[in-house]
Amino acid sequence: MSEVVISARSVGKTFGSGADKVTALDSVSVDIFQNEFFTMLGPSGCGKTTLLRLIGGFEQATSGQILLEGKELNDLPPFKRPINTVFQSYALFPHLTVKQNITFGLEMQGISRKDAGGRADEMLELVRLAEYGDRVPSQLSGGQQQRIALARALAPAPKVLLLDEPLSALDLKLRKEMQVELKRLQTETGITFVFVTHDQEEALAMSDRIAVMQSGEILQIGAPREIYEAPTHRFVADFIGDSNFLVGDLVDGGAGKRAVKLSGGQVIALTQEVSDQRTGEVTVSVRPERLGLVAESDAGADQLTGTVSTVIYFGTDTTYQIDLGNEALLTVRMQNGSGAKADFAEGERVGITMSPDAIRVLAD
Amino acid sequence: MKVDASNPLWRFRGITSTAMFFFAYLYLPIVVLIALSFNENRLATIWTGFTMDWYVTALSNDDMLRAAQNSIVVAVSATVLATIAATLAAMGMSRGRFKGEAGVSAMLVLPLLVPEIVTAIATLLFFVALGIKLGLLTVIIAHTVFCIPFAYLPIRARLEGMDPALVEAANDLYANEWKAFRRVTLPLLWPGILSGAMLSFIISLDDFVISYFVGGAGSTTLPIYIFGMIRIGITPEVNAVSAMMLIVSIVFVSISFMIDRIRY
Amino acid sequence: MGNIIRTKRFWLVAPAVVYIGFFMAVPLLQMAYVSVLERGDYGGVNWGAFSMDAYISFIFERDLMDNLVVNTDYLQIFVRSFGLSAMTTVFALLLGFPTAFYISTQPQSRRNFLIFLVTIPFWTNILVRNYAWMLLLRNGGLIDGALNWMGLETGGLDVLYTPYAVSIGLTYTYLPFMVLPIYASLEKLDHRLVEAAFDLGADKRRAMSRVILPLAAPGIAAGCILVFIPCLGAYVTPELLGGGKFMMIANLIGSQFGAARNWPLGAGLGFVLLALVLISMMVYSFKFKSLPEESR
Ligand SMILES: Nc1ncnc2c1ncn2[C@@H]1O[C@H](COP(=O)(O)OP(=O)(O)OP(=O)(O)O)[C@@H](O)[C@H]1O
Ligand SMILES: [Mg+2]
Repeated sequence: MSEVVISARSVGKTFGSGADKVTALDSVSVDIFQNEFFTMLGPSGCGKTTLLRLIGGFEQATSGQILLEGKELNDLPPFKRPINTVFQSYALFPHLTVKQNITFGLEMQGISRKDAGGRADEMLELVRLAEYGDRVPSQLSGGQQQRIALARALAPAPKVLLLDEPLSALDLKLRKEMQVELKRLQTETGITFVFVTHDQEEALAMSDRIAVMQSGEILQIGAPREIYEAPTHRFVADFIGDSNFLVGDLVDGGAGKRAVKLSGGQVIALTQEVSDQRTGEVTVSVRPERLGLVAESDAGADQLTGTVSTVIYFGTDTTYQIDLGNEALLTVRMQNGSGAKADFAEGERVGITMSPDAIRVLAD
Repeated sequence: MKVDASNPLWRFRGITSTAMFFFAYLYLPIVVLIALSFNENRLATIWTGFTMDWYVTALSNDDMLRAAQNSIVVAVSATVLATIAATLAAMGMSRGRFKGEAGVSAMLVLPLLVPEIVTAIATLLFFVALGIKLGLLTVIIAHTVFCIPFAYLPIRARLEGMDPALVEAANDLYANEWKAFRRVTLPLLWPGILSGAMLSFIISLDDFVISYFVGGAGSTTLPIYIFGMIRIGITPEVNAVSAMMLIVSIVFVSISFMIDRIRY
Repeated sequence: MGNIIRTKRFWLVAPAVVYIGFFMAVPLLQMAYVSVLERGDYGGVNWGAFSMDAYISFIFERDLMDNLVVNTDYLQIFVRSFGLSAMTTVFALLLGFPTAFYISTQPQSRRNFLIFLVTIPFWTNILVRNYAWMLLLRNGGLIDGALNWMGLETGGLDVLYTPYAVSIGLTYTYLPFMVLPIYASLEKLDHRLVEAAFDLGADKRRAMSRVILPLAAPGIAAGCILVFIPCLGAYVTPELLGGGKFMMIANLIGSQFGAARNWPLGAGLGFVLLALVLISMMVYSFKFKSLPEESR
């Protein structure tokens, strides 16, 4: 595995004091690797910006340490950190031209005006706005301002680039374009990107690894596929994509494996390793698209059965709400035209198929 | 007259005539004064012809020129001092709250709340108690006090409208605090500073009551000089000097407002 | 870094705050102190010798036998000041409300220009503005002349140096302060509310009394305060247009530092005036939470 660039160790941050005290971060630890596109994902107010600002040096941690390549950063002001930021509002200097914006950081580092100018041209080339150097920011569209903000932050070749919801001000189409663009820039420059978003699709599409945060804590860190397919917490399963949750008891599934016995009596074998220490009631999650439907007559004895309560046709797929009785509902999404019979009517009795590896036991 | 048709308030008639009366009332004296300053007739009321003579007479009056010079010295000094203090204060007051902020805020606008006459006599008593001789210096000190809020408010307004991320962006791009101030904050703030300075200048130049009480021999400012002339009687020279003061004020304020509207 | 920033902010606000504190707050406190001192025999004050004479002399004077007898001279000046200020406020409201109303019905670009026109006179020299009224009001002045020319033999208008002249001048001087806050509240008024009132069958009178006036109330209150209070402390207008014959509080205060040479009394009067101003400000901000943006 490649080298750790940023390392947060039990970082805590509180704002205010007394009755107004807000805990924005609660002992967060994370390692971010070189040349990685790392995303912090979570709902509003979970502390993403705070963590980013701590790394950038705009706030000071209340507890814990932040290291850059093993050296403690805590007391360094932002202008002494080889880390640059793309601000959510872009924060382009309105009184300077595009090119002056890009050379700003270089000149502050003492690079000669001529060299800085050359580098700025390179950067403009990189973000494909070569002809825009002499404009002022107010003469650029939102998407162009975004690219200039990127070029400005990349120009000094920082070790880490911080991006706080940089795409949130763009409309959907531009957003998609910029996602591709950002990914390209990250690969071309080889700079570590730490990206903040509350948009799960964006996170899944762009990241090498994602940290899912909730109320000041990191719940799970992993590659997009891992986060999506093997969520460890109910919050993660719910926040990223759609999930069904079922409650059951952990039982022995034979052959060294465990199984879950649902309240209806059905037993589902698990492929997931679950520690022997865990017993009793657990919640499991399963993605709607990992479930299938068969006619009740075709269902095995061990299979869940229920009644189709709603059918919603989405074109590429169809979503079924299945009433399992005792108020439990299950959502099943089946792809249309995949050959499998996917045509059940409301009120029909059905059996539900699921592959064992789709079932994930969640942490309490 | 064109009205904003989507605005239902225009349906109320009678307001137009009142408004016309209002503006006539507001500008009639100013227009009349300026017109009379060019009137050849010494008795002012009847128009007998255009002349610049009264301006020539006024501008060749040494006492008047000395008073004008005093006024400018006072206004420039008070403006410079007040603008510096106000700029620093506005920067200190921007960005987040702090303990005692309300008190500091109140202090900064206190000079706008206290009636002029009260400021005047309190300051006079203070200088007397300290044994400071009344003169240009005391006038400058007193003017600086009431100029601070006039400079402060536009600068503060501009800072409020500035994205705090800009300074952070400068810091992020390796500018230390001083460089961030010089390269980012100051260039963005200058219209506010200039506009505030010009308002201070005008307010100081026009002040009468405070200069009158706090000044002493040798610190006669232009308004005090004009006051003395008016006391003696209405003359075309007074008209000319007054018209000049009016025009200077109006020009300065117009420029100040235009500068304040500069947006990037 | 939080602490560093806080300390820096302290040093940034310090010059202005210390300056105003030392040259304004301290003098005001000292003024209150002077008001309870004994008057010096040849003017000035006897520092350290306390006396409530200044406050007593608001209402009483000593006769030859050293008895206190009621003297209403000063009270009359207070009453006159309040009366003139109240009258001015009413005039300003009658003129200012329709004007603010008118401005708010104009297209945006013209609104800004009109508001600018309203503010300009404020920035011009107050002496000059009042002097212009002397030109207009005096016998043989412009208005007199115009009336005579129209065939109305006035035989001299005799308005200058009367309370009427003072009132006209005060209204003129403080009128912009009425228009600006009322305009600010009318500008924010949601036009759909007025539309809705009309739709619901309200006539103009009802729309005005039930919708517009209540919504403009904070602006009207602010305007009245912004006119009334400076009026109470007016010095130049009564001096010029009243010819020094119709003193208001400020002239009375000023005269204690001139011919009358009674500093404790002047300081006491100043203190009372200041207290009146600050109390009305507090009452206002208590009632309406915050003052409208300082009108510029
Ligand atoms: N300067 C501050 N003072 C007080 N509280 C703050 C401050 N900054 C952040 N907080 C609080 O800390 C918590 C985390 O805020 P943060 O800005 O990090 O959230 P976020 O995850 O970036 O949310 P969003 O997606 O809305 O940007 C919030 O409860 C917020 O109210
Ligand atoms: Mg955020």
